Amino acid sequence: MSSLAGILAEHAGREGPLLPILHDVQKMFGHVSEDAMREIAQTLNLTRAEVYGVVSFYHDFRTEAEARPVLKLCRAEACKARGVEALVQVAEGQSRVKVEPIYCLGLCSVGPAALVGDTVHARLDSTRLTTLLASL
Amino acid sequence: MKIRISDDALAIACGADTVAQAFMRAGAEVERVSSWGMHWLEPLVDVEGVGYAIVTADQVETILAGEAESIGPIAEHPFLTRQSRLTFARAGKTRSTSLDDYYSSDGWRGLATARTMGAEATIETVLASGLRGRGGAGFPAGIKWKTVASAQADTKYIVCNADEGDSATFADRMVMEGDPFMLIEGMAIAALAVGAQKGYVYIRSEYPHAIAKMETAIAASAHLVAPFVVEVRVGAGAYVCGEETSLLNSLEGKRGEVRAKPPLPALEGLFGKPTVVNNVLTLAAIPWILTHGGEAYAAYGMGRSKGTMPVQLAGNIKYGGLFEVGFGITLGELVNDIGGGTDSGRAVRCVQVGGPLGAYIPPSRFDLPFDYEAFAAADALIGHAGITVFDDTVDMAQMARFAMEFCAVESCGKCTPCRLGSTRGVETLDQIIAGKNVEANLALLADLSETMKFGSLCALGGFTPYPVMSAITHFPEDFR
Ligand SMILES: Cc1cc2nc3c(=O)[nH]c(=O)nc-3n(C[C@H](O)[C@H](O)[C@H](O)COP(=O)(O)O)c2cc1C
Ligand code: SF4
Ligand code: FES
Repeated sequence: MSSLAGILAEHAGREGPLLPILHDVQKMFGHVSEDAMREIAQTLNLTRAEVYGVVSFYHDFRTEAEARPVLKLCRAEACKARGVEALVQVAEGQSRVKVEPIYCLGLCSVGPAALVGDTVHARLDSTRLTTLLASL
Repeated sequence: MKIRISDDALAIACGADTVAQAFMRAGAEVERVSSWGMHWLEPLVDVEGVGYAIVTADQVETILAGEAESIGPIAEHPFLTRQSRLTFARAGKTRSTSLDDYYSSDGWRGLATARTMGAEATIETVLASGLRGRGGAGFPAGIKWKTVASAQADTKYIVCNADEGDSATFADRMVMEGDPFMLIEGMAIAALAVGAQKGYVYIRSEYPHAIAKMETAIAASAHLVAPFVVEVRVGAGAYVCGEETSLLNSLEGKRGEVRAKPPLPALEGLFGKPTVVNNVLTLAAIPWILTHGGEAYAAYGMGRSKGTMPVQLAGNIKYGGLFEVGFGITLGELVNDIGGGTDSGRAVRCVQVGGPLGAYIPPSRFDLPFDYEAFAAADALIGHAGITVFDDTVDMAQMARFAMEFCAVESCGKCTPCRLGSTRGVETLDQIIAGKNVEANLALLADLSETMKFGSLCALGGFTPYPVMSAITHFPEDFR
């Protein structure tokens, strides 16, 4: 499976295939492009607007490529209670890594927490976050 | 000498992988098991039952030499001995995707019982247990199953709601990462009871470890639940997709907009077919209930809140983690006696129970028993039983603002009071925080909250006023 056609073939015949397809496309290409949306729409017999409507609804999907590494910093209540807002400055003091908000990683007893790809980080403080950002 | 270290996401986030590797390099036999749920102790290393807390790789030699300071026998820790672990009976003890471990710890007994007694008696058992949905609404599981069972259709579905979006909740994650076969067994029993052929576990994308464990466990147990088939589907970062009809739309590949009810999903759910939608904890409680009987489960709890609740202690709390206990325990016992108060050592200012839609509760109300009806009477919400503790440095105006902001970010857009009201709420709170026309803006906010409460289709717009208004009611000094 190394192309959009391959992904589409892999999901042929599945019930409700659109989200799994979009996840695979994003994983492979880093984003879901206009061209990809058109091709997906054609294969699934949907309009391009319908596919775009789904892509734009979900926070996970990007329509533009992101060249920088991405760190998702949890900004939900339990991490706020453990001081994440004080770390936002640290995150904003650099621009090499894109820092995005995320709402809960299920690590709410050991926050502040962050996700980088599939790697989870907990007990962040400004030193740890600085080190983590520098390592990406 | 066998070393056991959790491989759940929380333990890993706290450094468990590094510690496990260090033990292996030192020649020790390491077994990766589920988490005990004593999160403040992670990475917790279990050496023949004796625990070593917050271990780092450089402590490996001293631990192996028996020279490190231990916390004593883990299973005798007061945090554990005070619990009634039914759903979390295996926590800390078994390898999560080992069928051998599952078999040898009473696994599949519930399904075998259900197969012997048949669909009707299975539903009767669930009814007798008094089990209510653990996803928030507290609807009796047996009644939902009965509705789906009596619907006539060629296809029926079991959908497991594993979207767990509420801050301060992680019990679903711990089940999926720590005891996935139990969830699969619960789904298979549900399928047998209602006559479903296919099951979906809708897991939020923020849980990569849970997704991986569930996929492994589903593949390993496919032959045991056949002809029932289970499949994982991954969410895409939308909080509202935890609402059951939004979740069904998402599973169908659509925008996660909330559907009007009726029709009930039980009658017209996924792809228009009769569908059981249950939370992870609801389904995970089922194998125990079938194995031990409905009455045994109903013996725990109080009033109409039967059984146990895996309470999640989170936020600024000293002893955070998973505490499964019969309903009826008070908030104060959970926060102060068990949780040890704040992690910062400062005074507890308030707690939020039930996630982003739950009320803020001050310590003066800590006599509140954990019970669906008692909470509802206090304008509060048990929800998925997550408790976030805040110390006295919290700014409640900022928390109220965040509640509105979260609603604005996550609104599915279907109702105007939710979609526009929440944005308006953020603006109004910004004015209040800036000290502009405070009294008039507070009145406006109260009005706005009423409109959202009564003009919203689902609890996202409908319940966001609870954290906002409770913050204003209990902590007016933060707004003036
Ligand atoms: C905005 C919103 C978010 C929700 N999120 C979840 C969730 O993450 N997990 C869940 O099980 N239920 C969630 N629910 C409740 C579900 O709609 C539904 O009541 C539940 O899945 C039914 O299962 P149960 O009866 O086993 O609790 C949410 C409801 C709303 C309104
Ligand atoms: S209340 Fe909000 S989230 Fe719920 S259906 Fe209406 S717009 Fe959608
Ligand atoms: S609130 Fe940050 S991990 Fe749950």
